[in-house]
Amino acid sequence: MAKNNQLTDHYFRSLNRNIILIIIIVSVIPLVLVSSTIYYQFRVAYHEKVYDHLRELVNSHAQNIDHFLQEKLSDIRFLSDSCGLNKLEDEPFLQERLAALQKDFGRDFVDLGVVNDDGVQIAYAGPFKLAKADYSDAEWFRKAIQSEYFISDVFLGLRGLPHFIIAVRNSRENGHWNLRATIDFVRFTTLVENIRLGQTGFAFILNNKGELQTTPITRPSIDIIAGKTIYTEFLAKPSVSPSEVRIAVKSDSSQQENIYAAAFLKNGDWLLVYQQRTADAFADLGKTFIITTVLMFAGLLGIIMMAFTLSRQIVQRVAKTDEEKQLMSKKVVETGKLASVGELAAGIAHEINNPVAIMVEEAGWMGDLMEEITFDESENRVEFERAIKQIQTQGKRCKEITHKLLSFARKTDATIHDVNIKELLEELVALSSQRAKYSMVEIRTDFQENLPFLRVSTSELQQVFFNLINNAIDAMDQDGGTLTISSYQKENYLVFAVSDTGTGIPEANLDRIFDPFFTTKPVGKGTGLGLSICYGVIEKMGGKLEVESTAGTGTTFLISIPLQTDANGQH
Amino acid sequence: MTNSSKNLDSDPIRLLLVDDEKDFVNILSKRIKRRNIDVAKAFSGAEAIQALRGQEFDVAVLDLKMEDMDGIEVLKMLKIMDPKLAVIMLTGHGSAEAAVQGIKLGAFDYLTKPCELEELLEKIMSAYAHRKQNE
Repeated sequence: MAKNNQLTDHYFRSLNRNIILIIIIVSVIPLVLVSSTIYYQFRVAYHEKVYDHLRELVNSHAQNIDHFLQEKLSDIRFLSDSCGLNKLEDEPFLQERLAALQKDFGRDFVDLGVVNDDGVQIAYAGPFKLAKADYSDAEWFRKAIQSEYFISDVFLGLRGLPHFIIAVRNSRENGHWNLRATIDFVRFTTLVENIRLGQTGFAFILNNKGELQTTPITRPSIDIIAGKTIYTEFLAKPSVSPSEVRIAVKSDSSQQENIYAAAFLKNGDWLLVYQQRTADAFADLGKTFIITTVLMFAGLLGIIMMAFTLSRQIVQRVAKTDEEKQLMSKKVVETGKLASVGELAAGIAHEINNPVAIMVEEAGWMGDLMEEITFDESENRVEFERAIKQIQTQGKRCKEITHKLLSFARKTDATIHDVNIKELLEELVALSSQRAKYSMVEIRTDFQENLPFLRVSTSELQQVFFNLINNAIDAMDQDGGTLTISSYQKENYLVFAVSDTGTGIPEANLDRIFDPFFTTKPVGKGTGLGLSICYGVIEKMGGKLEVESTAGTGTTFLISIPLQTDANGQH
Repeated sequence: MTNSSKNLDSDPIRLLLVDDEKDFVNILSKRIKRRNIDVAKAFSGAEAIQALRGQEFDVAVLDLKMEDMDGIEVLKMLKIMDPKLAVIMLTGHGSAEAAVQGIKLGAFDYLTKPCELEELLEKIMSAYAHRKQNE
């Protein structure tokens, strides 16, 4: 039995494990696949979106700045063309024009100046004392005299402040003259400074030498110079179309990844660079990733918990069904065994009856004849008579056996009556009391009051109790003891307990005591049919016959007979 | 002989013994004859019906389980031929139903086989008495 339990334990454990694994695998794989696919698609789409946004942002700002520069240039050209050198040489007029420009465009224009071909400023209007300043050596001047108009890089110049110059060249009779305007650096810078996104996004402008043209909002953590290679890379490849925005992702010196978006300005002279930490640019993506991960792990946890609970429930259910099935099949086997053995027994009994009857009658006939013959030797006569009597006795024994077999197979006299169970039992006790006295057995009865009537066959019930009482007395044959018959009601059953204080039944035999022909009595003393008949009888009544035994203390047979027998009255 | 001859003074009882177990019928008839009863043997249902045609009987002992005819059928026939005939059925096994059916069909009594000779004789006597009473 223990081995069996171990086996089934092992079986259920592995079943449990398999169910858990299957549930987890089947649920987790789609969950992970779906989550990661969705996340991946979202990530790609989000990257696209962010890049597009940056492209748009940088592009529009580049255009904006270009537009700003073009506008300033047009203003100066207009001024130069419309007024001419004669008027502009006049400093009060120049001041008037500056005031007019400043009125129209705010403080974008800082000063105005007219510079002759030699680089000498012949007229000046502005806050600085720059009249007659000599620009012949200034880089911007050298470049400016080579083309009709020119916008310089940012430089400190004579005034010692960062600024840049817009210069327009016009011709006069004997040469050229230049109109020069300084653009307010602070105001220009704000154009770029306004490009700010997230925590770390900022923009700045570089000239084609990689020098800063605006003051970026530098934060201690942001290091433009270290990332210089990226700018030179951008600068190395001249833009194909003016609106092209290039995007690159690279780590800077602090090992932080940055996104760079760059577009050329001013016909490729300047580069507008937007820079932002990748983590910051994709902050929403990061949040989404965390939420997705948390949800996925919550899902996983749920699945695992469900797998464990579900599999435990399934296994418990299976175990219960299994147990029930086992009990059932055991019962079926028992009934089947009893039926087949019963049929066999009936056949044998019936075949044996006739020869036994003949033998007994022949012996009787010999007895009849003996009455007539006078034997000389009286001793032999006595022997003959004894032998004949023996044949008859053994014949009777055969008859008893066959009757038992037959009643086992087809329960004799199965007519059902209302049986006064108390009367029946008292009769049986009285019948057995003589035998009990010889075996020094005291019979005690402990019936509940008002024992109900039972709708059963009297003879069958008698047979059952008679058998059990006889067995109990046999069990206490050697040392005597107490036989107790008690009754109680349990649910819809009337239960009788027949207990003895004998030696008990060894555990090995407990399983077999209801089997036909199983007996522990000496050969010739018992047929081994008594208890199996009892079992069959009680089963047929819809009741139960059970045994409890403890070695050394005794055995109790429990007979449960159903009380409501109206429904299954006749069989 | 003296101890079992209760009906010495009157005519012997005419008994028909019907069973397909020949040895059983033979030995039983020998023993019963010793007790001053007139016994005729029949080894089948058909023989029993033939015997009843040729002769009148007081009592019949009839085995309910025979090869050629069902004992119950034989019983019906016998009761039709001689309604006053007292029939004692011998039932091979404890089939109470057959016995009950037999009693309903007019059998006098039944015995389970194998039976004690004394018991059988007692039944025969009372069956005979019953028949005499009815006459």
